[in-house]
Amino acid sequence: MRISMKSIAEPNGHGPKLENVKKVVRRIKFESELDHDFGEYIAGKAHGQKLLTCIQCGTCSATCPLSHYMDFTPRRIIAMTREGFKEEVLNSLTIWLCASCYSCYVECPKEIRITDIMYALKREAIQKGYYPKRLPVPVLARIFHKFVYRYGRNTESWVLIGLYLRTNPFKMLKELILGLKLMLRGRFKLGIEKIRKRNQLRSLLAIEEGRVK
Amino acid sequence: MKKKYIYYPGCSLRSTGIAYDESIRAVFEKLNIALEELEDWNCCGATSYFSVDEGDAFALASRNLALAEQQMGNEDFDIVAPCSACYLVLLKTKKILEENKDLYAQINLKLQKVNLNYEGKVKVRHPIDVLVNDFGLDNLAKQVKFPLKGFKVASYYGCQIVRPYSMFDDMYNPTTLDRIVKALGADPVDWPLKTRCCGGSLTGTIQEAGLRMNRFLLQKAQEEGANVIITCCPLCQHNLECYQERINKQFREEINIPVIYFTQLIGIALGLSSKELGLNRLFKKPSLKRFAVQKGEVANAW
Repeated sequence: MRISMKSIAEPNGHGPKLENVKKVVRRIKFESELDHDFGEYIAGKAHGQKLLTCIQCGTCSATCPLSHYMDFTPRRIIAMTREGFKEEVLNSLTIWLCASCYSCYVECPKEIRITDIMYALKREAIQKGYYPKRLPVPVLARIFHKFVYRYGRNTESWVLIGLYLRTNPFKMLKELILGLKLMLRGRFKLGIEKIRKRNQLRSLLAIEEGRVK
Repeated sequence: MKKKYIYYPGCSLRSTGIAYDESIRAVFEKLNIALEELEDWNCCGATSYFSVDEGDAFALASRNLALAEQQMGNEDFDIVAPCSACYLVLLKTKKILEENKDLYAQINLKLQKVNLNYEGKVKVRHPIDVLVNDFGLDNLAKQVKFPLKGFKVASYYGCQIVRPYSMFDDMYNPTTLDRIVKALGADPVDWPLKTRCCGGSLTGTIQEAGLRMNRFLLQKAQEEGANVIITCCPLCQHNLECYQERINKQFREEINIPVIYFTQLIGIALGLSSKELGLNRLFKKPSLKRFAVQKGEVANAW
């Protein structure tokens, strides 16, 4: 937790009151606590991207349309990944905010495929169960996965209903009017889309339904 | 020999993007370009599958590619994917499997176990690419029945059509849609946010960020005086159209701009009916009456 001096300082300038300091945490990691193989491991998962060639110029953060909302900018994610800040990277909101628009990917002067690294981090976070339980993005990815595994196609209406039920049922009420408007225009159908050869598709897929944590 | 196109609609074109599906079929039929739907196609996996398992993402996409090769046999054909996500996933899978021979062998082994085979000869195309490069803009202009004179159109390409692979257009300043707009007699609006991301599924997941991204796009298009925004992706269209009300409420904006598919715009100029083009499915129809050259005639359709 970040402690802001402004919020805990006394107005008369005598420094913070002890009871206002909620939690004292160490802000710096020791070398021994880092996972030194993490960078290499993620690079391997992202088609051998060379994280060490990153010159930390920050072009990725500058082009990213979502970096304003991120807890760590893409540049920092690259730096932290190669140094081995595994928990911080996998718990970050950054990887879930990435909308895969490939702006950083095409701008990087060292031609690092940053979007692929983000995908590798997302996979790692989902497979090892690092993401917050009710964060909508990974929940959406998993529901989508389940639907396609079961039926071969995804049915947007049910994927969305499943998403809201699992994350924030109250939000569904807010979206109800939009859903009805779409339904009236035939753009929101409740019939489930299926393919014929579902067994053929399933035998192609390695990850079975629900096997992902 | 005439080239054949295998049509891969994708899941979105079956629900929120159904108007895109209808208008593509109608326009291609009118232009006499034969589309044959891919049989028993499965979901491309979109961005979600790459976030869960990459091997599975490639397996999903390559099943579609293999099915296309099976369906067409030895004929010369391309696969046409109108949705940006589908287009990129199929294209990326093709490119990565070309780059990485081990991965290709692995995926193809899996496919062969279920009596499929992917050779890698299939080409992935976008309808814009087909219209501009195969059909030709001159031919398109000849077919225009109602030139949309004075109609200002902002073309929005989105991300995944032009990035990371710019197969048929410039990555930074794409112009194919603008050229189509010109061929229809309308005026393309020059605006800088053509390829800025709309946030994709963030409007449904992290709305605080998603709505703001769409707000920028709509604001700028309106500022530049566009009468309509045209898109080539079902998700972009959904985001830009359906959240306008909420954006206006939340940010006290006064945005009021119709967002349609580029194929719907083409269809309007070709004289197709509102129903054929799925215009009845829009929240906001573009008002064309003032721009029509032959009054009466276009007004009837609207």
